[in-house]
Amino acid sequence: MPRRRIGPLLATAIAVALLAAACGTNQTPQEAVASGGTAAGGAAPGQGATKVGFIFVGPKDDYGYNQAAYEGSQAVAKKFPNIEVLTAENVPEDDNATRTMESMISKGATIIFATSYGHLDPAMKVAAANPNVVVVQQGNLIKGPILPNTGTYFGTVYEPVFLAGIAAGKSTKTNKLGYVYAFPIPQTIANINAFELGAKSVNPQAQTYVVNTSNWCDPGKQSEAAKSLISQGVDVISQHQDCTATITKEAEAAGIKVVGYHADASSLAPNGWLTGSEWRWSDMFIDIVQTSIDGKFTGSKYNANFRVGYKSPADQGKNPFDQSKFGPSVDDATKAAIEKAKADIMSANGSPFKGPIKAQDGTELFPAGVPADYATIEDKNTVFVEGVVGQIPKS
Amino acid sequence: MMDLATEVLAGGVRGGTSILFAGLGETISERAGVVNLGTEGNLLVGALAGYAVASTTGSPWAGVIAGAVAGGMLSAIHAYFVLDRKTNQLATGLVVLFLALGLTSMFGVAYIKATINPFEALTIPGLSSIPFLGPVLFDQTILTYLVYVLVPATWWLLFRSRWGVVLRAAGERSNVLATYGHHVLPVQYLAVIGGGMLAGIGGAQLSTAYTNAWYENMTQGRGFIAVAVVIFAGREPFKVAAGSLLFGAALALAPALQARGIGINQFALDVVPYVLTIVVLVVFGKRMAAQQPEGLKKVFEGAPAG
Repeated sequence: MPRRRIGPLLATAIAVALLAAACGTNQTPQEAVASGGTAAGGAAPGQGATKVGFIFVGPKDDYGYNQAAYEGSQAVAKKFPNIEVLTAENVPEDDNATRTMESMISKGATIIFATSYGHLDPAMKVAAANPNVVVVQQGNLIKGPILPNTGTYFGTVYEPVFLAGIAAGKSTKTNKLGYVYAFPIPQTIANINAFELGAKSVNPQAQTYVVNTSNWCDPGKQSEAAKSLISQGVDVISQHQDCTATITKEAEAAGIKVVGYHADASSLAPNGWLTGSEWRWSDMFIDIVQTSIDGKFTGSKYNANFRVGYKSPADQGKNPFDQSKFGPSVDDATKAAIEKAKADIMSANGSPFKGPIKAQDGTELFPAGVPADYATIEDKNTVFVEGVVGQIPKS
Repeated sequence: MMDLATEVLAGGVRGGTSILFAGLGETISERAGVVNLGTEGNLLVGALAGYAVASTTGSPWAGVIAGAVAGGMLSAIHAYFVLDRKTNQLATGLVVLFLALGLTSMFGVAYIKATINPFEALTIPGLSSIPFLGPVLFDQTILTYLVYVLVPATWWLLFRSRWGVVLRAAGERSNVLATYGHHVLPVQYLAVIGGGMLAGIGGAQLSTAYTNAWYENMTQGRGFIAVAVVIFAGREPFKVAAGSLLFGAALALAPALQARGIGINQFALDVVPYVLTIVVLVVFGKRMAAQQPEGLKKVFEGAPAG
């Protein structure tokens, strides 16, 4: 009966591992306090930091979300030659993230960037245990009180996605647009909604068909998703995935148009490329690090749920996204319409989510009148707007 | 527009091809008494080698050969440790997988942005116009047609050829085989390496004929699905083919439904392939356990190997 013996053995092994892990996390903060106290010589979180840590959920070279964040971290390293930048790739959104951040802190890091949506809970745990360390998180929202050493930051990427939606709406012949996404988180839902609203603003018939893959990068699933959408007559496709090549190439091979995300992939679709949205984090990361080093993090705009977009003229330099260049099929009329819409968004009364906007079920999502602020917009994008075909997976 | 059943089954064949290549390889390996959990790794190195060589040479066929070589080389490591060093097969397979994950993410960086001339779908004149079956089976890439041939070929090799008798004897009663004057180790080496080569071709199919891309860890568990299929299919090639198609179709179902705006809980759809494995394993588990080669019982029941 050798099988029976495995159970207790395994249980013991796991218990030992857990115990070791628990001891590890208990010790590291103390070390960090000791070293941080002597090095910084001040009480403000992150002040005088000599090491900055970054954790990424994926590999640093995915030509997408993680690479953009990684390039931001390297810009920090370049800007501050005396600061050591620690990076960790492929950090899952669970206790592994907590351990990785604690380990960075034990090595002396006093500013931590947790760059994935699901890193929020581990990041908040680490922040609470290490009040002298600045822990900022990319893309999620802190609900409730914000500790003096934490904050979230992001760009309102749905604004250029809205503009790309205009190009899609103008270009489609079948009035069917496709959108492949990974998980129904507010960021993604806001992008899908903005894409549909942008398309609808120039083409009331345009509908957006959505397919989710439940994975940030599974090229096999992406291939099937794109093929399914194309077989249903979709003639413009976009995506919210961490790796983007498969869907871009699939669209180009099928002779349909493609709207990019994360990076300029126009070389993969020389004919079908319309436009897209891409990232540029360096300026904002450098500013967050500078603010922390100066001991000014607490009470700063980053000690909050910080969002920057077309409507934040003072922060334009720190805007982490750009609209990608146009492809060959985008005509001057479309470009003019996009320019006009962009100016409109930047004006006091403009927004991709300017009401009245109805949700899929017909209820009013955004009322008419003055557009909602960035925080409200993100908060309300938990359902699809009218014109999106498909349902949000419920757990 | 394609109807739902055609689309799901065609997607099942397309997406099941890599699983089937890996499954046939694992069938051969397990029949010789060696479980290779590194199958996932074989797929992965095959996918990278296939994509890298296809992009460098411009020929997807060169990529397929490279995929086979890479899969064979990785499984040779597995074979050496479990056959020569008598290590635990399951643990070694996992170690080999992690080795493959590390190696491919290190060497794969350079190829993420590379482009290739991918295998295109080839419609077979005549056959492709058969209603329903035509678009499902005969509008695929040549690698899928290759696997159609390999399924009966593997069956013939295992159950109708003298080679197959020797190979299966190595998995069932290696001491008897030795008594008759055969060398057991070379047979098992050949089976494991040959199996790895097939999985490597499956990986190359994934990158050069299916997704047209290389990306870190792009196999996403398909190798483990293949091993599960082999076990529940009782290591019989035709059943392995049916199981692979079933998994492929289960994977193709979710996007096909969503693209039609049909609202079904997608998280539930995502677990369909896995739940299916567990159900089938539980339902057929007893019978399969009785069928497994004697050599494998040692592995699964924890007795000292060899």
